[in-house]
Amino acid sequence: MILAASAADPSIIKQIFNFEDYAALLSLVRNSIIAGAVLGVVCGLVSLFVMRRDLPFAVHGISELSFAGAAGALLIGVNVVIGSLAGSLLAALAIGALGVKARDRNSVIGVLMPFGLGLGVLFLGLYKGRSGNKFGLLTGQIVAIDTPQLSWLIGISIVVLISLMVLWRPLTFASLDAEVAAARGVPVRALAPAFMLVLGLTVAMSIQIVGALLVLSIVCTPAAAAMRVTATPWLTAVLSVGFATVSVVGGIMLALGSALPISPYITTISFSIYVLCRVIGTVRERRGWQRRPAAVTY
Amino acid sequence: MSDDPSLTEVVLDLRAGALALGDRTLWSGLDLQIRSGEFVAVLGANGSGKTSLLKAILGLQPLTSGVLTIAGRQPQRGSELIGYIPQERRLAPPTPLRVRDLVRLGIDGQRWGFGWPNRGRGERVEEILRSVGASHLADVPVHLLSGGEQQRVRIAQSLATDPKLLLCDEPLLSLDLSHQRAVVTLIDQRRRSRGTAVLFVTHEINPVLPYVDRVLYLAEGRFRIGTVDEVMTSRSLSALYGTEIEVLRSGSRIIVAGIPDVPEHEHEHEQATTNGLELPL
Repeated sequence: MILAASAADPSIIKQIFNFEDYAALLSLVRNSIIAGAVLGVVCGLVSLFVMRRDLPFAVHGISELSFAGAAGALLIGVNVVIGSLAGSLLAALAIGALGVKARDRNSVIGVLMPFGLGLGVLFLGLYKGRSGNKFGLLTGQIVAIDTPQLSWLIGISIVVLISLMVLWRPLTFASLDAEVAAARGVPVRALAPAFMLVLGLTVAMSIQIVGALLVLSIVCTPAAAAMRVTATPWLTAVLSVGFATVSVVGGIMLALGSALPISPYITTISFSIYVLCRVIGTVRERRGWQRRPAAVTY
Repeated sequence: MSDDPSLTEVVLDLRAGALALGDRTLWSGLDLQIRSGEFVAVLGANGSGKTSLLKAILGLQPLTSGVLTIAGRQPQRGSELIGYIPQERRLAPPTPLRVRDLVRLGIDGQRWGFGWPNRGRGERVEEILRSVGASHLADVPVHLLSGGEQQRVRIAQSLATDPKLLLCDEPLLSLDLSHQRAVVTLIDQRRRSRGTAVLFVTHEINPVLPYVDRVLYLAEGRFRIGTVDEVMTSRSLSALYGTEIEVLRSGSRIIVAGIPDVPEHEHEHEQATTNGLELPL
C-alpha cells in the first residue's frame, strides 16, 4: 500500500479524496487505467444484452462462482484470472444448460450463488497469504495491474467483442421476440448458452477490477441508464459504453489518492449516472417520449 | 382471389400429414392445400395441435408422417416465403428499439453480424410501414405501443420478406373489437392486393367470418375442412367431437355451444406449448 501515510490522516474526507502527488501516482497505475477503459467498452456493450435478456440475476450468480474460482486459484497458487475464468464459465454453462425457462433459471441461480460464495469463503479461509488479496476479490481494489494480467484482460476482451459483433443482430432479434425470431430461422435455442459464455468471460474479467459483489455496477447499470434516455439502438450502445468507461476509469482516478478499495468510487459514479438518466427519462415520458402525428390513412 | 383455381398457385400442400407429440397424436391423415389469395381459418380447442401445425409449416417441428411443401419446396427454417404474426404480447419496458428497428429485424434479423444501417434497407422499412399505415410510428419505442399499434407493426414485420404465405397465431387475442377489425382488414387487404395466402389460427371465428374462404377445424385428433357453411354446423361439429354440439347462426355471427371442457392436464400442456414456438431466454 503506497498510500499508508495519507490513510493515517484522521480526516475522513481526506481518506476518501486525496490528490497529493497525483501526477506521480497516475503514471504508476497506467496499466489499471488502460484496463479500466477496455473493461468499460466491453461491459457497456454486454450490459445492453444483460438488460434486453433480463439477466442481471444471472450476472450476480456467475460472479459468485467466478469468485470461488479465483479464491481457489489464490489458495493453490495459480493465476487468479484462470481461476475466475474457470468458475465463470462453469456457472455460465450450468445456468445455460439447466435454466432454459426464465423461472427455472432464477431458481438455478439462487441455488448456485450461495454455494459459490460459500466455496469461495472456504478457500479464502484456508489461504494464508496477504489479506488484501482476499478482500479485493470480493470488493475490488486498486490493483496495480501488471502487464501479464493486462494481456489476459485484453485477450479476453477481444474474444468477447468479436463474439458480440457476430451475434449482435440475431441476439437482438431473439431477445426482443424469441417467437418471431425462431419463425424467421434464428437459432434461438443455441443463442442463449452462447451469450451465457460471453457473459461468463466478461464477468471473470470484471471481477479483477471491481470485485465479485459489485460486478453488476458495470455489467447492468450502464445499459439500464442508457435505456432510460433513448430507444435508438446505436445511441443506446454508445451511451452505455460511455457510462461504463466513465464509471471505471473515473473510479480508478478518484480512488488513486485514497487507501480505500476502488469499488465504492465506481459504484457511486455508475449509480449517479443511472439516477440522472432516470430523472431525464421520467421527464421525457411525462412530456410524451415521441411526438406522434395522427395516423394518416392511405 | 380468382374463381378459376387453375390460375392460382398452390402455396401450401400437405398430404396425409400426421403429427404426434410423445404418444399423443394431435392429428393424422390431414390433407390441406392452400392457394394464393386464400384465407383459411384454423379453429379448435386448446391442445388440438393448431400451434404445432404452424410449427411444422415453419420447419420447426418435423411431421410424424406425410408430405408438406411450401410453394413446391420442403419446409425450411426461416423461409422467406412465410411471414409469421404472433399473439399480442406486452414487450418488456426496457426494450431500446424503435418500430423501424423491429421491422428491420424482419428483413435480416436472422443474419449474423452487426447489421450496419443501410439506405436501401432503410427505404424498404419505410415502404413496408407505409403499406400498413404505420409510418407515423416509425420512431416510437416499441414498448410504448398500444396493443393495436403493436399488432399493426408486427404485420409490417411479417411482410418484410414479401411472403407468399402469412401464418397468424391468434393475432387478435387481447385486442378490443375495433383493433381486431383493423388488424383483420389489414391482413385481408394484403391477400387481395398481393395474393398472399393466409392461415389464421383463432379461438373465435366471428372477427374473421367475413373474410374466411375455408375452415380447418381440429378436435380430438380428428379434423374437418370445408367452407364455413360446411364445417360450422351442428351436425359436422357433433361428429367431430363425438358429442352433441349446437351451432347457432345469429345474423352475421356464429355461436357454438356445448364444446366439452378440455381436461385439466391439457390446459397445462397448452400453457407450455402455445405461449410461443420456443422461448428459451
